[in-house]
Amino acid sequence: MSENSHGVRYQLDREINSILATDCGSTTTKAILIEKVDGEYRLIVRGEAPTTVEKPFEDVTAGARNAIREIEELTGKRFLDDKGVINPRRPDGSGVDIFLSTSSAGGGLQMMVAGVVKIMSAESAQRAALGAGAIVMDVISIDDGRLPYQRIQRIRHLRPDMILLSGGIDGGTVTHVAQIAELISAAEPKPRLGIGFKLPIIYAGNKDARGYVSKILGEKTDLRMVDNIRPVLEKEVLGPAREEIHNLFMEHVMAQAPGYDKLMKWTAVPIMPTPGAVGLGMQNAAKEHKMSVVGVDIGGATTDVFSVFGEEYELFNRTVSANLGMSYSICNVLLEAGVANIMRWVPFDIAEADLRNRIRNKMIRPTTIPQTLDELVIEQAISREALRLAFIHHKSLAVGLRGIQQVRDLGAAFDQTLTGQSHIDLMKLGMLIGSGGVLSHAPRRVQSALMMLDAFQPEGVTQLAVDSIFMMPQLGVLSTVHPQASAQVFDRDCLIRLGTSIAPVGHGREGEHAVIVKGTLPDGREVTEEVHYGKMRLIPLGEGQSAEFQIQPTRNFDVGAGKGRNVTQKIIGGVVGVIVDARGRQPFGLPTDKATRMKKLLEWIESLDVYPREVLARYASK
Amino acid sequence: MAHAYTPGLKVTEQTTIRKIRRLPLLGDVLVKVGEMVNPDDVVAKTDLPGNPVSVNVAHDLACEAEDVPRYMVKKPGDKIAKGEALAKSSSFFGLSKRELKSPIDGSVELISGVTGQVTLREPPIPVQVKAYIKGKVVEILPREGVIIETPAAFIQGIFGVGGEVQGQIKLVAKTPNDVLDASSFSPDCKGQIIVGGSLVTGAALKKAIEVGAAGVVAGGIIDADLIALLGYDIGVAITGHEDIPITVIVTEGFGQIKMADKTFNLFKHIDGEVASINGATQIRAGVMRPEIIVPEHKPAGRVAADTTSEGLVPGTPIRVIREPYFGVLAEVVDLPPELQVIETEAKVRILRCKLEDGRVVTVPRANVEIIEG
Repeated sequence: MSENSHGVRYQLDREINSILATDCGSTTTKAILIEKVDGEYRLIVRGEAPTTVEKPFEDVTAGARNAIREIEELTGKRFLDDKGVINPRRPDGSGVDIFLSTSSAGGGLQMMVAGVVKIMSAESAQRAALGAGAIVMDVISIDDGRLPYQRIQRIRHLRPDMILLSGGIDGGTVTHVAQIAELISAAEPKPRLGIGFKLPIIYAGNKDARGYVSKILGEKTDLRMVDNIRPVLEKEVLGPAREEIHNLFMEHVMAQAPGYDKLMKWTAVPIMPTPGAVGLGMQNAAKEHKMSVVGVDIGGATTDVFSVFGEEYELFNRTVSANLGMSYSICNVLLEAGVANIMRWVPFDIAEADLRNRIRNKMIRPTTIPQTLDELVIEQAISREALRLAFIHHKSLAVGLRGIQQVRDLGAAFDQTLTGQSHIDLMKLGMLIGSGGVLSHAPRRVQSALMMLDAFQPEGVTQLAVDSIFMMPQLGVLSTVHPQASAQVFDRDCLIRLGTSIAPVGHGREGEHAVIVKGTLPDGREVTEEVHYGKMRLIPLGEGQSAEFQIQPTRNFDVGAGKGRNVTQKIIGGVVGVIVDARGRQPFGLPTDKATRMKKLLEWIESLDVYPREVLARYASK
Repeated sequence: MAHAYTPGLKVTEQTTIRKIRRLPLLGDVLVKVGEMVNPDDVVAKTDLPGNPVSVNVAHDLACEAEDVPRYMVKKPGDKIAKGEALAKSSSFFGLSKRELKSPIDGSVELISGVTGQVTLREPPIPVQVKAYIKGKVVEILPREGVIIETPAAFIQGIFGVGGEVQGQIKLVAKTPNDVLDASSFSPDCKGQIIVGGSLVTGAALKKAIEVGAAGVVAGGIIDADLIALLGYDIGVAITGHEDIPITVIVTEGFGQIKMADKTFNLFKHIDGEVASINGATQIRAGVMRPEIIVPEHKPAGRVAADTTSEGLVPGTPIRVIREPYFGVLAEVVDLPPELQVIETEAKVRILRCKLEDGRVVTVPRANVEIIEG
């Protein structure tokens, strides 16, 4: 661990009482102050300021200073001096014990990955890069359907921050990975930042090809060798590649972004790419709460989806849908989803041309907010589609290793499961966490819950939460040096628990019984909700409360134990409560006929009290 | 705190423009500090490596990859002409001979005994960076480019497509409400930048291309007409590299929206002068807006000092940039400091403003744009 600008290395064996962390985002720099209060780490205050990577400032520390200065004003304490953040704390009380930072400013980490076979080494390389927090600009492989000259043109055109090259198992044939190396060499790729610098390339393929790859790429590029990410077909080893990506992120991307040389000196902890830190936060959350987690961060330009599944919560995946967002790339949501898919979530009519102009105007003026309810409803409809598409993308990549031999016992032989099965099992999903403006700042929390239910369609019993102020990045990087503080703040201050959804899987006829939910609320009241297919109900169960519920699906429905089988489970409350969603799953019962669908949407909105009724009625009657 | 409003687009009759003109790779700078340049002058140049061409020699000679190096007629670094022998093989005691000819003029870069591929490279591709604006070279970025400076009239648009062009400004609209339609264009518009009022129609764009106009500027454009112009839909707000023969800039947004009076009046002043315009738009960190630059413009009267807005105060001229008053011009009446609940039930910072029709309405501060000077 290097020294910070005050010449100090962190000594984590001594008592840590105050922690300052910043996340330098592409538009806003957010700072949080964590302190130990009555033996527990708590979020004390937060500050934010515009990021200053671009002109006229071109120094990221200016924005970080402004955000921290806001914390100084709010607490009356001093954290900054001319060298940066004062750490460790001084006897006069100024400064903090630890300062750390994450960053996605200046476009974040942009990578290209290459492998021999698209669904094998190239897919593993993609998972390594995404998990490290990168945006993957393209995936090149021998079987990607493009001609060599097309691949070369693409590599030349993109100018990534670095390339991860993989392919071949250790000891296997070198020809194919050599072919990819030759392609890259022919393209003479240049890095995005630093005119005149050599492009970093991480080679994580067949170790027998290292000599040849060095010969081909050693002079032209800044070549690094790490362990093969697929040493044998049946095994994926992503750790060494991810570590090298982080090293190069610090050395190349951060070192050349304006002001980062200063910011790097403020802290002895390496600056992490924001999505990498969020991923770490999600993994910690899954392990801490012992449940599988799906998290989403919907931003202006991109939507990141994270998932943690598996017996030991070892199956971590992250995907980033680079062009699905709510401002900069909102028109791409319109393009990919289509007007009809967006309008299916809107309970009133709007002319297509009007809708399209409105969405374009949001794209060119991204900081505006909906003033009228119809605008809010439309924006939330678009977010449902962005989330849905991002989740489809995620499910396609969060899969087991493909193309490998499977050892089957007799039972499994009859089962005939394929390789490359999705890790995402919505019935096993324990918690769905949302973040990003449209989810974190929805005027009513139930709106966030419904957006997530519609987009992800969780099955059985699932907790719902939103990250209140998006501090997951700071908590993720904090977990690398102080896991206890990170876990305590995550649990107490980071998440706003919306409640729990109970969604029986199956379909039936309108009006047919789907599920009965029985339980005793903390105030002693008995509840019994008989919910029919196609309906939604809200059972009040507040934040910090829980109750044991018996969930009795009818014979066509499953809530986790099989069709018609009861489940008794402790249900966690939240600011929204318990949502019984009997709209069906597989398929989800959204009527295709427009008039019926609008009527249904209004009925669900009324059941959960999603929007102010009188105002909505005004738009619906237009 | 972060500003709770969108800083406006710059519309000014007199400012100093500094343009960085940078090469994509290191190269040679061709001008000196203090030199005056014109838009078409080349200020820096470099050579991009030529396109590589892979030849599967092992396949074409029907030999093993490891045998390729010994069948090669040329070595790495050798020049080669199209049709010249690249590799030769013989078998059956010389009875069967094969010869492989080069598909391009260029040089041999790599001979691989592992894959059996040979990489040839075409001659370097010269790249030139032009000055784009008329002005003075004020700084040299060694081997990278130059900075050019000029006093100019300057108008930022909100969105554009198409790249850098120059032409004479021709204001055809009589009022900022006028619509640019096909009849606004005549053959004498060739090479000119045609400026209209509230909208440029799809038919007008077609006609503009037909007569060879260099650019079109208007208040708004209809989404469907933009798609028709490009031949595809834009998903992400990053433009400037479209393959279209015209540059189009809108100053207000999508739909028919009256051009701001201040912008329209400035167009009256620069009518007939030569401008450099660029439609490139990028809306993300480091926002880039399309621009109209008239170098060395001499303002008719005294021009107010070129200042960046201090922020919103009562009296500030603004444009509302979101429904229900989208596109309407107004003046700030007052700025209550406390958060207020709006129709969506969100608690936000608001302002009250007087619209052009005299109504006083409440609008979130995030939904207004200052009309900058």
